[in-house]
Amino acid sequence: MKVEVKAGQDVRKLVRGLVKEKGHEKAELIPILQDINSQLGYISDEAIQELSELMNIPLSHIYSVATFYRMLSTEPRGRHTIQFCESAPCHVAGGRVVWQKLQAELGLENGETSEDEKWTLITTSCLGVCGVGPVLVVDHDIYGNVTPDQVPGILSNYE
Amino acid sequence: MAYFRSHVLVSVDPKCIEKGAFELMGALQDELVKQGLVDEVEVLETSRIGDPETSAPDLIVYPEGVHYANLTIEDIPFLVEEQFIKGRVAAQYAREIKEISDEELTVAQAKEMRIVLENIGTVIPLNVEEYIAHDGYMALGKVLTEMTPEETIQEVLASGLRGRGGAGFPTGLKWRFLRNAEGEPKYMICNADEGDPGAFANRRVLEGYPHSVVEGMIIGAYATGASQGYVYCRAEYPVAVKTIRTAIEQAKDLGLLGENILGTDFSFDLEVRMGAGAFVCGEETALMASIEGLRGEPKPRPPFPAQKGLWGKPSNINNVETFSIIPQIILKGSEWFAGIGYKKSTGTKTFSMAGDVKNTGLIEVPFGITLREIIYDVGGGIKDDKKFKAVQTGGPMGGCLPESLLDLPMDYEALDQAGSILGSGGLVVMDEDTCMVDIARFFMEFTQEESCGKCTPCRIGTRRLLEILTRICEGKGKPEDIPTLRYLCEQINENSLCGLGKGAPNPVKSTLEHFLDEYEAHIYEKRCPAKVCKALIRFEIIDGLCTGCTLCARNCPVDAISGERRQLHVIDPDICIKCGICEQLCPYDAIEIK
Repeated sequence: MKVEVKAGQDVRKLVRGLVKEKGHEKAELIPILQDINSQLGYISDEAIQELSELMNIPLSHIYSVATFYRMLSTEPRGRHTIQFCESAPCHVAGGRVVWQKLQAELGLENGETSEDEKWTLITTSCLGVCGVGPVLVVDHDIYGNVTPDQVPGILSNYE
Repeated sequence: MAYFRSHVLVSVDPKCIEKGAFELMGALQDELVKQGLVDEVEVLETSRIGDPETSAPDLIVYPEGVHYANLTIEDIPFLVEEQFIKGRVAAQYAREIKEISDEELTVAQAKEMRIVLENIGTVIPLNVEEYIAHDGYMALGKVLTEMTPEETIQEVLASGLRGRGGAGFPTGLKWRFLRNAEGEPKYMICNADEGDPGAFANRRVLEGYPHSVVEGMIIGAYATGASQGYVYCRAEYPVAVKTIRTAIEQAKDLGLLGENILGTDFSFDLEVRMGAGAFVCGEETALMASIEGLRGEPKPRPPFPAQKGLWGKPSNINNVETFSIIPQIILKGSEWFAGIGYKKSTGTKTFSMAGDVKNTGLIEVPFGITLREIIYDVGGGIKDDKKFKAVQTGGPMGGCLPESLLDLPMDYEALDQAGSILGSGGLVVMDEDTCMVDIARFFMEFTQEESCGKCTPCRIGTRRLLEILTRICEGKGKPEDIPTLRYLCEQINENSLCGLGKGAPNPVKSTLEHFLDEYEAHIYEKRCPAKVCKALIRFEIIDGLCTGCTLCARNCPVDAISGERRQLHVIDPDICIKCGICEQLCPYDAIEIK
């Protein structure tokens, strides 16, 4: 949200730059949305509008794509996103108690962002590191073999 | 290609990183520069070597295979001097490596057979020269110079290779469909959207041996007449995306991709497309929709992708593992490959083992091996020597198989008949502490969420299944729930549009078939036999075992436990949230789950 308020023009500039780089083909829509998502933290309404004009794709289509894929977010996220693997191997390996601990520690439910905008807690599909489940990812750092008592320590690594 | 007399593999396991593995690596590299040994000794990263709890940070020196553990930066100069200048083991840092007994080694090794995984871990993934040194791109050279496209297809067909993504359709036949299809251009697509929870073989191949996939795809393109290719890789695998992208660039630089490959008039280009987090995109028509920039929703077939695929043009999709086998079939011949395996399933298959098994990880075995051999011989048995309850094969669309089916020889047909699927080779092993109703509910939560919503049976049916299963787990099951579940399973399976919907009921169907007693206990006796479902269990403190140490009362998050010091404690069932902390903590095992 901060990015948007501070630099409304920058969002449109970012979108224009991406379209210029990747082109106007519809096939580039998802890669462009991914870049917007990673640079802005989410895909804002303004970004969707700009994209629609530049690529000549209806707003409804862009919105339907942006909301279909789990890794694209149309809601602002916190400074750090915690992704917890909700897949069966992690579940069987003790994931349930880690998930409960995470929720309790952060006071957040799945999909929520903390009031101070520090954390967003979401679940993710399998990350393919099932041999070391339960697994959670903070931003780009992967933690494996996580136990409930490690959770506070992991969270304290982030400002 | 540079030749090194020694290779040092530094473990960059998270524990080792925490204890300074990267700093150690830096110091080692600096010391090698100082001693003028950089052209003789190569330093590489590797995964876990020893037990990181006791040996981090550690490294191994090859070819000697000496394991040095608990190193500090100060140890490095002496180590380098002893090991690389004087050529002897620096004994004070060397760790005695626990020798694996011949028996242990031979059982697992004799059962395994590595074709896909053979060179993974021994070559540097992005060193294309190393790939070439292991006969890489030789198969491509062979087909381009010695074989016609039709002969190439014939060779793949004769090998009996079937799609490793799960459906098991003969690869050669698929290629022939594309070759015979009318329309230009033709597309060759690699499905690297390994979404099945618990399956990670494709990730390993992409990260560890990416050029084998690139080579397999180029051969496929030559055989079918495709001019453009795509690798569709899920975004949850950032390392794999990076590796395959770099491998493609390297192949382009060497003239193995692009115009006039190896000086012939055959041209083929390859690009990576990244998914954005949608399980259904592993379904081929949904995958193509995603490449086109649409929502990843499946389309009804026919028309099949070979007729009308990507952008309405003839297309073919194969799995990562399928492509990576192709070069070896071309080099060693279809007869060699067809000689491995069982009945109509030739060759080997990778399985990703996870769950309550001692050795988790990736294995590769010939078809025909039994589940019992996989779990007990290769996997080492059940963790903590508990009792085996079930194994779920093939990911969320697979079934849960009980003890009585463990002697089933693994192939596409046998698993199908047993009510499960081979899928992409995920194996989730579950021990006696697993509640099968809870597991069925868990899988249904997954498919219900991942259903793309296009067709009604899948969208609404999985929702209804989940509601009923949740109710049963909460102790509110009704006798008519079992027939309703069965009816829904049948309807969803018969009427869904794509494989996701058709396979979605499998976990429920198979648990109903093999673990009906657990459903009945939940519904009729309001009891969870595995003591997992919270609504159906209560925690009690056993008189006689409780010493009144107060540990449980002090740690209870809701203050549900009361009692004086050295007196029997009591749990108030109305306050208890059944978190299980007291049971884990009690040093006297005085807490019982009823």
